[in-house]
Amino acid sequence: MTTTEAPPEERVFGQRLLRKEDPELLTGEARFVADVDVHGALYIALVRSTLAHARIVSIDVGPALEVPGVTAVFTGADLEQEWAGPLPCAWPVTEDMKAPTHLPLAVGKVCYTGDAVAVVVAESEYQARDGAEAVVVEYEPLPPVVDLGDAVSDRVVIHEDLGTNKSYTWELSPDAEAVDRAFAEATHRVHGHYIQQRLIPAAMEPRGVVVIPQPFGGEYTVISATQIPHILKVMLALTSGISETSIRVIAPAVGGGFGSKLDVYAEELLSLVLARRLKRPIRWIETRSEGTQATIQGRGQIQDIELAADADGRITAIRVKLLADMGAYLQLVTPGVPLLGAFLYAGVYDVPAYSFSCTSVFTNLTPTDAYRGAGRPEATYAIERAIDQLALEVGVDPAEIRRRNYIKPDQFPYNSVAGLVYDSGNYVGSLEKALDLSGYGELRKEQERRREQNDPVQLGIGLSTYMEMCGLAPSRVLASLRYVAGGWEAATVRLLPTGKVQVVTGTSPHGQGHETSWSQIAADRLGVSPDDVEVLHGDTAVSPYGLDSYGSRSLAVGGVAVAIATDRVIEKARQIAAHQLEAAEEDLEFTAGTFRVKGSPEKSMPLGAVAFEAFTAHNLPDGMEPNLEASSHFDPPNFTFPFGTHVCVVEIDTETGGVRLRGYTAVDDCGNQVNPLIVEGQVHGGVVQGVAQALFEEASYDSQGNLLTSTLVDYLVPAASEFPSLTTGTTVTPSPTNLLGVKGVGEAGTIGAAPAVINAVCDALSPYGIHDIDMPATPERVWTAIQEAAR
Amino acid sequence: MIPAKFDYARASSVEEAVRLLSSEEDSKALAGGHSLLPLMRLRIAAPTLLVDIGRIKGLSGVRDKGDAVGIGALTRHADVASDATVGREAPLLAKVASQIGDPQVRHRGTFGGSIAHGDPASDLPAACLALGASFVAVGPEGERVIPADDFFQGFLTTSLEANEVLTEILVPKAAGARWSFQKFNRRAQDWAIVGCAVVQNGLTRIGLVNMEAAPVRAKGAEEALADGASAGEAAGHASDGLEPPSDLNASSEFRRHLASVLVRRGLEEAGKS
Repeated sequence: MTTTEAPPEERVFGQRLLRKEDPELLTGEARFVADVDVHGALYIALVRSTLAHARIVSIDVGPALEVPGVTAVFTGADLEQEWAGPLPCAWPVTEDMKAPTHLPLAVGKVCYTGDAVAVVVAESEYQARDGAEAVVVEYEPLPPVVDLGDAVSDRVVIHEDLGTNKSYTWELSPDAEAVDRAFAEATHRVHGHYIQQRLIPAAMEPRGVVVIPQPFGGEYTVISATQIPHILKVMLALTSGISETSIRVIAPAVGGGFGSKLDVYAEELLSLVLARRLKRPIRWIETRSEGTQATIQGRGQIQDIELAADADGRITAIRVKLLADMGAYLQLVTPGVPLLGAFLYAGVYDVPAYSFSCTSVFTNLTPTDAYRGAGRPEATYAIERAIDQLALEVGVDPAEIRRRNYIKPDQFPYNSVAGLVYDSGNYVGSLEKALDLSGYGELRKEQERRREQNDPVQLGIGLSTYMEMCGLAPSRVLASLRYVAGGWEAATVRLLPTGKVQVVTGTSPHGQGHETSWSQIAADRLGVSPDDVEVLHGDTAVSPYGLDSYGSRSLAVGGVAVAIATDRVIEKARQIAAHQLEAAEEDLEFTAGTFRVKGSPEKSMPLGAVAFEAFTAHNLPDGMEPNLEASSHFDPPNFTFPFGTHVCVVEIDTETGGVRLRGYTAVDDCGNQVNPLIVEGQVHGGVVQGVAQALFEEASYDSQGNLLTSTLVDYLVPAASEFPSLTTGTTVTPSPTNLLGVKGVGEAGTIGAAPAVINAVCDALSPYGIHDIDMPATPERVWTAIQEAAR
Repeated sequence: MIPAKFDYARASSVEEAVRLLSSEEDSKALAGGHSLLPLMRLRIAAPTLLVDIGRIKGLSGVRDKGDAVGIGALTRHADVASDATVGREAPLLAKVASQIGDPQVRHRGTFGGSIAHGDPASDLPAACLALGASFVAVGPEGERVIPADDFFQGFLTTSLEANEVLTEILVPKAAGARWSFQKFNRRAQDWAIVGCAVVQNGLTRIGLVNMEAAPVRAKGAEEALADGASAGEAAGHASDGLEPPSDLNASSEFRRHLASVLVRRGLEEAGKS
């Protein structure tokens, strides 16, 4: 499969179409889970632990039962018999990985602030919350483990039955001796120690779930603000013991996820088993503050990266040691997040020797899990920060050190030292374009002027060239990483009697614009208008097969499946048209939605007419079944490897420590682009989320494990006013591993941004002798660093 | 938002509001709701009766009162920011109002609400201190005028009685005064980490944001200036006698430093105006 297509102007593929999803989102017509009004529903509210680590001595539900409207209260012990299995973790990364039993309601002890201990059921949401406040829980406090070093020491073991706080150690060390040798022989060695602070995903729509039971049929409709309706259905069946055939999961309009809705949560399971037990619909909508501790958090790693380099600054080996914070329990893919980064610490560089080791530990904090980029932003941050340190050590410009180390365009497909095969890339091309677009040379001159004038406002310029693996397939590779699911995606394409088109996809969009993009893919091949294509998704009754949306997989796997299914429909249509036109199939050409007999253009049949013939089945070839419908279950041969270069320009007020983002240039390459407008949107959102980690966001805890940033007043999600207009550019290096030549772009911006920003901050502070600063680079951190450097 | 249970009453006159506020111990006046409702949502505040004064006629708008500009307590920040009289006679206020929160906050939040809440992190109290404003309050005993200097007592505590309604803010006209407003924060929508309002009209008055439990003046810097100190020297005394709070955005020590930088900049900018 090496055919790739460059999109010419007139094709629907590659057009900057406005999103067909937007009118209903912008006018408020879209129905999110909170808009689902179910007659007779009961509302639940959870009683959550106020301590990070404690034994539950007693739970007095009596006062809650006195609250008007409260119909029932259940503790963890009350519901213990309801579970056929614990909350699932689908990625046991090693054979001997330690995983604590994680029940939707804690039994015996609580392991983080926010851990649910009881559920209150009431006739209204307000009454449920009042009831939850009335439940009296007596705790015996235990010493909390909030620090990763403390966790490793096993001073306090959180899950006594496991005997240790260490969940697993995972290593990737193809040739340890080669690494040792390279370090021994190196001219330059640099060591970076970086902290990936915990982040709160803060999707615009909080989580929520409604479960509607059919009391007589024993069936359950689960409507959830989820990224993963298909996976959720399987997991609900496994944990509740309800047959998979009796569960239908619907993801309605979903307002963002960033990985936080790539999970199976206690509230989903509780709602299902309470609907079974009480035979009433159950409803739960998360509050924002609740979401800061009851929804997974991202990152949470301490990284040590060492580079060995020769006299010219060419990297000869990389050694990485990681300490990863799992939080109190393992959620759906928690243990796998560091592995997604493990393959990328060599980044875009031609590195001959590599070793990686990760130890993952439990703490008394909210569980971590995949958050936009999941492992890859962390890895990219480490290598892109470290290579700037190497540039300092060698004494060359950050752009030059990168040029010396890039994998060259003619080295693709490239066998990486970590064992991946990079599909395609042109890293130096991306760098040169980004330098050009950002006016790099002029910026360096301005920086020089400000330094000479001792300007209180100093300029910093930061680069990062990222590359990431996305698509998360093929399934066999996922098996070798011990991921429990596959990496394929399903699509069905059908032509309706009137010539309109239905695309059924197993991906589950929650803001990405799949309806528009998948319409473009199908319309482009069928020669119809994208307006004539309907995309169905997010309902396991409508699209029975699917693996949902995460990891920038939707287009590179699911979009390609749509293209393959569309081509299969066209092939069947060709047979019908040939039959009807009394021509041989090979004599037909299919252009602009019409079959024509080559050389006899008057003999033609539009696709719509073929669709109607397929529907009536009055005159089909012998033995052919009616209707035009085809499916694909596409399992890609490789990941895709998007890349790009970002240039960040900051101004630092050295008197206040304030960092102002003055300019940001992002040149991204995601192969062929189905819709450049959507690509730009993804890059904008992604960059903002990466900048947020670098400058604004941090889930802060006190020494007792209490979350200090439990509202959006304290957890600083930046807004438009904190950003300059972004400059975006693209290069197009198609992926040779799929029919469309596409790569993912959903996480790219986030992956590239954080190191570019911190490199810029450190660049500005370089004259003070400051070469590292923790994220987020707050004014006080910057000011303190300047003060300490002056001492 | 899930606040605790409360009763709600809408007052159609100041007198009715006072009567309603007096009728229950844990009553609270509701205007734009931008300070009170977030506290109720987090169940930090749980008044049993909310008296909505938002529709009382005559409490909104800007009036020329001869020596002073009278600003109705219900006047929205956006209206203060764009009012011609305010722009002419007290331009500092227009500037301050234009930077409060975000556009939604500026179109719902009220001047009087911000003052009555007495949040040290709010900008308007500091501006009122610098401008030497005073506040008109109506209670069961009638009307009284409270100078800004006597109004802010402690954290979210003012000299307003629980059954008094703040009706108007009186700002002395100071068309020729030199002024500056400095606000330092991480996001434009946030409260200031530290802010300062400087007004020079013969004497210099400096109001500080987020430098004490209550809105305060930078007395140390003001006195230094009166004794002839330069802007830079005076700014070094910006936090004299104050105990700035310490939180996730800034330690107490960093706030002292920021106050000195911002007061110096404020004095320099005012000097140029």
